Amino acid sequence: MKVVVAVFPGTNCETDTKYAFEKIGCTVELLFHKIDTLPSDTDLVVLPGGFSYGDYLRSAAIAKFSPIMHAVIKYANAGGQVLGICNGFQMLLEANLLPGAMKRNQKTHFVSKYQYLKVVNNNNSLLKKLDIGEIINIPIAHGEGNYFIDEDKIKGLYDNEQVLLEYCDRAGNKENPNGSVNEIAGLCNKNKNVFGLMPHPERAIEDILGSSDGAKMLEGFLK
Amino acid sequence: MEIIVNIQLKNGVLDPQGKAVHHALLALQFNEVQNVRIGKQIILHVEDNEKEKTLKRVEKMCEDLLANTVIETYTIDMKS
Repeated sequence: MKVVVAVFPGTNCETDTKYAFEKIGCTVELLFHKIDTLPSDTDLVVLPGGFSYGDYLRSAAIAKFSPIMHAVIKYANAGGQVLGICNGFQMLLEANLLPGAMKRNQKTHFVSKYQYLKVVNNNNSLLKKLDIGEIINIPIAHGEGNYFIDEDKIKGLYDNEQVLLEYCDRAGNKENPNGSVNEIAGLCNKNKNVFGLMPHPERAIEDILGSSDGAKMLEGFLK
Repeated sequence: MEIIVNIQLKNGVLDPQGKAVHHALLALQFNEVQNVRIGKQIILHVEDNEKEKTLKRVEKMCEDLLANTVIETYTIDMKS
């Protein structure tokens, strides 16, 4: 399986992401943001975490106009699978591939820690190896992860099984590290080919590092 | 021509930065402050052109890049 990881100026999770997908048996190619076409054998595009363009203006506001993003948007609209992690999730929101927007964390601090998450829907590639209601433990690291969407659109997200993950505590009770609407930590589009999440599954693929729950997510994409 | 674009979080969208600054002002005994909202100001220098046309172009800049209209509103002030 061929995974393409897009690299923007300021991206800093591309090597971890490459390592994680190689560990589960994928071929991974890092692609610089100035390249405007994706390899024809691409099975999955990953927009990794970091601080693209220094987070100037707003997180991911400038990245969405990169040449590679034109190719990624075209790829996604044609049904191709795209996964945005952290800053990559912000890019998908800015590019309107996913609904809503990110604000500064409610307490204005950058949050970097392990975080429990509850699986809300698993009828999709990212979470099909996990059970609904399962509690997993994956690191988060962001300053603008306060997910916002107009109140009248929230129900639609749940009805269409677009909500992937919600922040919680070890027992599964609500816990909100950043102020996100309904504790939402990850989303997919209606067609379930575009995925965005703030937690970093690529940082949770080996028990020695504290958790291997992230590997189960990435393995869901394997053909 | 100088154009000033002000960008604000929409009414009803909680502003975490404004809230933090408000708390700090209250801690400094500025008790008369009732609310704080923080925005961005972007100053554009644009080559002189028809005012109407320029305004249309700046609106497009706001919609495409300068503001995220899911959570933000903008105002455009054209100094001639």
